[in-house]
Amino acid sequence: MIRSHVLICGGTGCTSSGSKKIQQAFEATIEEFGLAEEIKLVQTGCFGLCELGPVVIVYPDGTFYSHVTPEDVKEIVSEHLLKGRIVERLVYNDTGNKADEIVGNVSLGDTAFYKAQNRVVLRNCGVIDPENIDEYIAMDGYAALGKVLTEMTPDEVIKCVSDSGLRGRGGGGFPTGRKWALCAPNQAPQKYVVCNADEGDPGAFMDRSVLEGDPHCIIEAMAIAGYAINATKGYVYVRAEYPIAVKRLQIAIDQAREYGLLGKNIFDSGFDFDIEIRLGAGAFVCGEETALMTSIEGNRGEPRPRPPHPAVKGLYNSPTVENNVETFANIPQIILRGPEWFASMGTEKSKGTKVFALGGKIRHTGLVEIPMGTTLREIIEDIGGGVPNGKKFKAAQTGGPSGGCIPASLIDTAIDYDNLTSLGCMMGSGGLIVMDEDTCMVDMAKFFLEFTVDESCGKCTPCRVGIKRLLEILDKITKGNGTPEDIDRLEELCNYIKANALCGLGQTAPNPVLSTLKFFRDEYIAHVVDKKCPAGVCKHLLSFVIDKEKCIGCGKCAKNCPADTIHKTDYTAPGHKLASYVIDQSKCIKCGACLSGCKFGAISKK
Amino acid sequence: MKSLAELQAIKEKMKSKVVLREGSGETRIVVGMATCGIAAGARPVLGKFVELTGSSGLSDKVTVSQTGCIGICQFEPVVEIFEAGKEKTTYVKMTPEKAERVFNEHIKGGKVVSEYTIAANQS
Repeated sequence: MIRSHVLICGGTGCTSSGSKKIQQAFEATIEEFGLAEEIKLVQTGCFGLCELGPVVIVYPDGTFYSHVTPEDVKEIVSEHLLKGRIVERLVYNDTGNKADEIVGNVSLGDTAFYKAQNRVVLRNCGVIDPENIDEYIAMDGYAALGKVLTEMTPDEVIKCVSDSGLRGRGGGGFPTGRKWALCAPNQAPQKYVVCNADEGDPGAFMDRSVLEGDPHCIIEAMAIAGYAINATKGYVYVRAEYPIAVKRLQIAIDQAREYGLLGKNIFDSGFDFDIEIRLGAGAFVCGEETALMTSIEGNRGEPRPRPPHPAVKGLYNSPTVENNVETFANIPQIILRGPEWFASMGTEKSKGTKVFALGGKIRHTGLVEIPMGTTLREIIEDIGGGVPNGKKFKAAQTGGPSGGCIPASLIDTAIDYDNLTSLGCMMGSGGLIVMDEDTCMVDMAKFFLEFTVDESCGKCTPCRVGIKRLLEILDKITKGNGTPEDIDRLEELCNYIKANALCGLGQTAPNPVLSTLKFFRDEYIAHVVDKKCPAGVCKHLLSFVIDKEKCIGCGKCAKNCPADTIHKTDYTAPGHKLASYVIDQSKCIKCGACLSGCKFGAISKK
Repeated sequence: MKSLAELQAIKEKMKSKVVLREGSGETRIVVGMATCGIAAGARPVLGKFVELTGSSGLSDKVTVSQTGCIGICQFEPVVEIFEAGKEKTTYVKMTPEKAERVFNEHIKGGKVVSEYTIAANQS
């Protein structure tokens, strides 16, 4: 009889930090202590607190161990599993309670990181073994598919999804029910359901985590969509850079086939459905729905003009519904718990929850799922633990390279689709990058433009040439060669590209520039007029200066300088014995080696 | 699989295996498993409770867990039972046989086995 479960995170984050070795250590140690009959080891998907990985959770008490190493395993087994004494030095404690109060009764759900979360999409991630279909079934898995096939008509399914108010989680926010309703009446010999798992935004990884932690829910949801629109074939388009996700999804598909939950005549209802995986090579543009379908067909991943919309002519010119992973992950719960339940969460026009990938200058990086309408302040300060090292919060970037930024002055904005759009941002797939006072907004915009220039497929001119020109202007500004006219030119070009690019990639590529211009115009002006970078990031606008009164003449900076630009002067400051040093600005490469080496605070960055 | 009944059967079978991870049930049986407890024979007591919880089909309501030293080493093995909305009950000097009676009368029947409690053993 099993009395305790040890859950080890097998998501990509924790796998990279060595969770496989920890699992092996647990297997060996549990065997050594003769506990194999009592303790069950489970490899799960992502728990969300990736920064603290590798993560191990022990149930039934729910003790949360962070930063576990293979050397710690013996102590956990001999102390906790054998004797019931929690290894306190490894326990993640963010509950505000003293460690001794945590012991035995306080679980993960009580930590500040999880308390404010409401897990719908991620409900099984970090709870079940993703490679075991039975565990998914134990958590009501495939019950929604059963209900749909035995009790509901396709129209009722579509109505249920429409009533829930679910909107596409991939970025655009198009109502999912309406998307299905547009496709359902179109007659064709073969229709398709496509799952977009081509998660390309830098910093976003919720889709990967769902596929890794709960792959069956995507299979179930796609089958439900297939029934609703009368499609019998599904494709999951996932990038090859997600090997764990691909592997677990394939295992899940095989298990579902074996159980008859995919294939012919599912639940004896006469409905057939099957799914195949298609691997993408990691082009950002393939996350755009028409480019994605072109890629599945075996062609070069390029978007095509709409209309016709995919609901009429999609994959192989047949009516197709395409949804993102996170959108699908909501579907089984909506069917089981009803549209009213789903619509009770969130704001008027944005229902349900949203998963965000927190990254950047924040204490707890990781995945969080919160109801729509949660304020940015709650996400950053309460759940994310705030900005580290006593720095000030400056802005948050949402929506990756297609999105914009929310400045500190708007930190109380409730996050939903429409509020973000009105700020010139977008929900995007849910990457949320936090920036502190040391971030230069011009440099940030340049970073995203570099990304989109690389990823532009080149089919339409506004995108191929236009964003390249944008990047050149930004580059000029960060190098100190910008003029005030460049700012106007940036704005004009941005608006032109937005209006004329063929697909979502080009239309949204100028957003990082437009939104930083809107909220941080003064920084652009400082770059072009004063030739200064207020955050001290843009190298060409920086100078390192030695304060000759503070310099004691030790010469360490001169030794550290790789470019031999620092020399002794004739001046000796009062109270010092040696002559001070000076930096030759014309030769300085701005590497900062002198600054980090000076123990006397004599060197500053201006 | 061709019917909802088959799906339900798998669910029922698996439910008891994953229920441990849903946090505490309505009732928690906590066995003191520090050195003193183990030396006094807490392991077979824990084993008995785990076995009975599983075989009685109560695993969605009852969780069995361990704790460290409660501080009353002379009374080990100590078992505490926490029930929602009720006072904690502390059983002392437990054995697997006593555990079986506590499980049947207290956990299932709702009646405290007073002669095994700490109150009855203090004199």
